[in-house]
Amino acid sequence: MTTVAVKPATMAQALTRAMRDAMAADPSVHVMGEDVGTLGGVFRITDGLAKEFGEDRCTDTPLAEAGILGTAVGMAMYGLRPVVEMQFDAFAYPAFEQLLSHVAKTRNRTRGKMPLPITIRVPYGGGIGGVEHHSDSSEAYYMATPGLHVVTPATVADAYGLLRASIASDDPVVFLEPKRLYWSKDAWNPEEPTAVEPIGRAVVRRSGRSATLITYGPSVPVCMEAAEAAQAEGWDLEVVDLRSLVPFDDETVCASVRRTGRAVVVHESGGFGGPGGEIAARVSERCFHHLEAPVLRVAGFDLPYPPPMLERHHLPGVDRILDAVGRLQWEAES
Amino acid sequence: MTVMEQRGAYRPTPPPAWQPRTDPAPLLPDAEPYRVLGTEAAAGADPELLRRLYAELVKGRRYNAQATALTKQGRLAVYPSSTGQEACEVAAALVLEERDWLFPSYRDTLAVVARGVDPVEALTLLRGDWHTGYDPHAHRVAPLSTPLATQLPHAVGLAHAARLKGDDVVALAMVGDGGTSEGDFHEALNFAAVWQAPVVFLVQNNGFAISVPLAKQTAAPSLAHKAVGYGMPGRLVDGNDAAAVHEVLADAVRRARAGGGPTLVEAITYRVEAHTNADDATRYRGDAEVETWKQHDPIALLERELTGRGLLDEAAAESVRQDAETMAADLRARMNQDAALDPMDLFAHVYAEPTPQLLEQREQLRAELAAEAEPEGTQ
Repeated sequence: MTTVAVKPATMAQALTRAMRDAMAADPSVHVMGEDVGTLGGVFRITDGLAKEFGEDRCTDTPLAEAGILGTAVGMAMYGLRPVVEMQFDAFAYPAFEQLLSHVAKTRNRTRGKMPLPITIRVPYGGGIGGVEHHSDSSEAYYMATPGLHVVTPATVADAYGLLRASIASDDPVVFLEPKRLYWSKDAWNPEEPTAVEPIGRAVVRRSGRSATLITYGPSVPVCMEAAEAAQAEGWDLEVVDLRSLVPFDDETVCASVRRTGRAVVVHESGGFGGPGGEIAARVSERCFHHLEAPVLRVAGFDLPYPPPMLERHHLPGVDRILDAVGRLQWEAES
Repeated sequence: MTVMEQRGAYRPTPPPAWQPRTDPAPLLPDAEPYRVLGTEAAAGADPELLRRLYAELVKGRRYNAQATALTKQGRLAVYPSSTGQEACEVAAALVLEERDWLFPSYRDTLAVVARGVDPVEALTLLRGDWHTGYDPHAHRVAPLSTPLATQLPHAVGLAHAARLKGDDVVALAMVGDGGTSEGDFHEALNFAAVWQAPVVFLVQNNGFAISVPLAKQTAAPSLAHKAVGYGMPGRLVDGNDAAAVHEVLADAVRRARAGGGPTLVEAITYRVEAHTNADDATRYRGDAEVETWKQHDPIALLERELTGRGLLDEAAAESVRQDAETMAADLRARMNQDAALDPMDLFAHVYAEPTPQLLEQREQLRAELAAEAEPEGTQ
């Protein structure tokens, strides 16, 4: 958001541009998935790639996610760099066996002899009015699988930079795209796009002294909004955008919490067994003596993703975040 | 014009999108498994190939016996034997060129060894000192796959990638009868046919998926018939007839190499031993059935052919047995040495670079090991 502004661009455009540039730079990069060719993907993120690079480089596959990821494994074994599109979060589940048993394990299994540089793009999260199976926050499943990197952008510039870095990575990356931010606009200079490297560094999106909101992906803009609103309450909130759930940037997160002494983790994923539990534990273990209050979580409820007409009650919003901030034992200070 | 007004001119037609499809007849497997040994086809078989197959079968049988013995001595954690299935294992390895790729399942260490991988490296997974003991790129052998049928889409992807790069490479993927029930079997065959990938699928139908017989696995006329639904040929072969398996696989490899696309081969064979040394086969099958199959033993079938045609005398047979014994003695000696273990390896290959979290955990283990190594009472 501090990038040199040339003109506004959408996250969707930045993602498309990232794949285009990666394909132009490296002939081993192949895009594959359902409807990614002629149609350009249901979200149009692969728009124009088949036309520019041919259908052998941007391939409409049969409709079978395990087959898509399984064949991508074989392609990677032969030296290609597949970029797989899973059409929606919940449609990626058939590929879990390939993901957990092969994609995540093969480098380790072969003592590094057979790395699998596969990028798995997954549109995830809610807030788009999608019907059942179109709004899951599946990041906890991926985070719980050693061998995978789990990355998620929140800004247009990061969408480009993190996707380029993911495609260039020699490790498999689950690249979670917050689908409700696809059409968010941001000042971005597409003439000088750069990869965000190394994967695994969080960034402070907003500096503040009162408390830290630790968040990622679709919840970053919500937290930014909450931080603005909090000023009226006299709170100066810091917002940390994790960008990468695996590897996890303990350093940036803990440096922030040690400064502010208070933290709230915010995500759409359910709280029980969700990323927030891990993050809160890590912060408590590392920053206990700096904490003025327990680390709180603002998460989706522990229920199957709601039907679209009810989803606003489920998603963490500004008010729920501010309520949590209000419970950070401020009275103890005075 | 309304439908009522149209009625006079209306002629029924098929749905507009319908087109006559490929004739399925050429894709259908033969009524009976293809055989060579003991048939007229044997006269056309290359004597050198038959002798080579024989030597590898004998060595393979000895390898299976040695590996099973190593489980009893505690040197292998577990061993799924391919005794009785050596014809399939050996033919799968011999039929490929060096540049081709083999995709084995966990029961296929014999094929891996026959392809040229050091037996100690092939058995690393089952010994338990690491997972894959060999460099897959060195012999173009994918890691042994334990999750059933998951290696099949890998073979398809690799063959597809090779073809995209313009390389003359065929992938041969091995799976069992139980594995054909898995979704990955279906998806792999479908992708292979749609992409016309140079892949050969070898199903060793050995009668059992651990304890479950084929009748509870499928209602298909045969496993080879499944090919037809994908638009690829299905071939049925006597899996204990090494010459027949080799010929059918060689045809399929040739076809794939020439751009003709994938083939599904079903080899009818039998798992003479239990599923693994940890299994008790008497709980689900009788001795009589096993005896019937021992009468159709792959080594005996080939030996009869060779001796009948004067292609194998006692001296040659003895030499083959000696080679097998030498291999077994070497394997035994090397497996009886304790494996070199470095606990730090646990953290070395999870990612290209260990994450900060893994580095912390590595230091934790290093400290624990250092404390363990301290003599008692020095603290």
